[in-house]
Amino acid sequence: MHAPLPVDHAPSIKPPATAAALCLDTALALLRQAGQAPPQAEPGTSAYLQTLIDQLVDLSSRDALTGLANRRNFELALAREVDRVARSGESALLLMVDIDFFKRVNDQYGHAAGDLVIRAVGQALTESVRPMDLVARIGGEEFAVLLPNCPAAFGPQVAARVRQSVARTSVALPPAGAPLSVTVSVGGAFAPQWVRSTPGIWMQRADVQLYRAKGEGRDRVCLEHSDAPEVSAQEREMLLGSAPIQDAV
Amino acid sequence: MSDVVNPPNPRTGARPGARIMAVTSGKGGVGKTFVAANLAAALARSGERVLVLDADLGLANLDVVLNLAARVTLHDVFTGRADLEAALQPAPGGFTVLLAGSGLVEYSRMTPEVRDKLLGVMRQVRPRFDHVLLDTGAGISDVVLFTVSLADEVLIVATPEPTSLTDAYATIKVLAATQVSRPMRLLVNQVQRAGEGRAVCAQLQAVVDRFVNPTLPEPVKLALLGEVPQDGAVREAVQRRQLLLESLPGCPAAIAVAAAAAKLLPP
Repeated sequence: MHAPLPVDHAPSIKPPATAAALCLDTALALLRQAGQAPPQAEPGTSAYLQTLIDQLVDLSSRDALTGLANRRNFELALAREVDRVARSGESALLLMVDIDFFKRVNDQYGHAAGDLVIRAVGQALTESVRPMDLVARIGGEEFAVLLPNCPAAFGPQVAARVRQSVARTSVALPPAGAPLSVTVSVGGAFAPQWVRSTPGIWMQRADVQLYRAKGEGRDRVCLEHSDAPEVSAQEREMLLGSAPIQDAV
Repeated sequence: MSDVVNPPNPRTGARPGARIMAVTSGKGGVGKTFVAANLAAALARSGERVLVLDADLGLANLDVVLNLAARVTLHDVFTGRADLEAALQPAPGGFTVLLAGSGLVEYSRMTPEVRDKLLGVMRQVRPRFDHVLLDTGAGISDVVLFTVSLADEVLIVATPEPTSLTDAYATIKVLAATQVSRPMRLLVNQVQRAGEGRAVCAQLQAVVDRFVNPTLPEPVKLALLGEVPQDGAVREAVQRRQLLLESLPGCPAAIAVAAAAAKLLPP
């Protein structure tokens, strides 16, 4: 259903002599439950175990309901992005997305309907961003979107697209109920360019904006004010003249 | 802000102690730390007392460039675990370094507390040296802006590459708009041909004259401190984690850095 999440392979480890005696029943049952085929290789070989481990890693990186990255996976990606931004200076945007009045959905239509809504929102979020962006479900009705290499000038447009994509989605509730629509509030903050921040601080800053969006009436986007200096196209042109412009921004 | 660190003599207007120069760049990876360390070595060779303070609080790497173990760091001084004396350590080039220590993430945002602590450190080191070089972080974060505000003059390191030029320009613009006017120097690193540094400086000055200076009470005038040619020896020294001026003093880049340093000597 989903493309596998990237797995870093450490230098290969020799399979233990007792590989055949390993207890793999629970692991295989988990994979079966998640709808994944068991490894194709000869059981007990290192290829078999590696595939099994990859599948388990993938499973433990995903949210079971939506198939999106889960919180653990998200925090890992966030830490990597903080490191990258500190050195490359490419700006990155973190959006926190929360479904508005989600409790009402659960109370009014039941938890099964709530699950459908969460899945639909996850789907809408994924469709509204680039393949390189990471959409994660980090809490009950809370999602996060990590957008590497997203210049400050594009932030409002990107966040608006994310919000609109959800607002346009309607969820058909069985049996043949009226389609249900939900809205989201979105808060966003850019990684402090060149500065080694922490995933915690970054999430907190985006969260502050999410609370602001909630407080200002929901179904809206609030982004942290970015005070990055603006170099206008005119200034840039005069500065670089006929030199080839290597950065496409 | 630098007035707090170094009050001028009310009668003569002269400043006691070291001249503080912030070494900064827009973009990372243009050789800022390399330039700071080797300028310091060249000044030390001329008999000057030089301190390099690793002010890249969020992403310190002076220790990496100089192959030093960061035993006692600025972080220890800030947290009261060590006194300043213990943190001042000799570097290979005959100068002194004060290392930030890697992973000082709590200082990657400027707070009044960090500000006061840095000010305190600057007041203490100033009378003991002739030159203090502040190796700032890349970019234009609030930490960088504050660090620059402690300095008497600013050295902007750039390469002729478009991203670096744009970022250097943005840095000049922000400094001019947010800080008191002070001398700004430019060092163009990794030039491909002789004279490219002068051309880059003239180009930057032209854009500053057109877009920035009309908004300022006192115009920004960039002074070219020097140009350092692209030189394979630099990469070699960096990989060996040695000072270029120590390991390959005769190479073109080392000669260029030494010439730049000579301009910083008192007349």
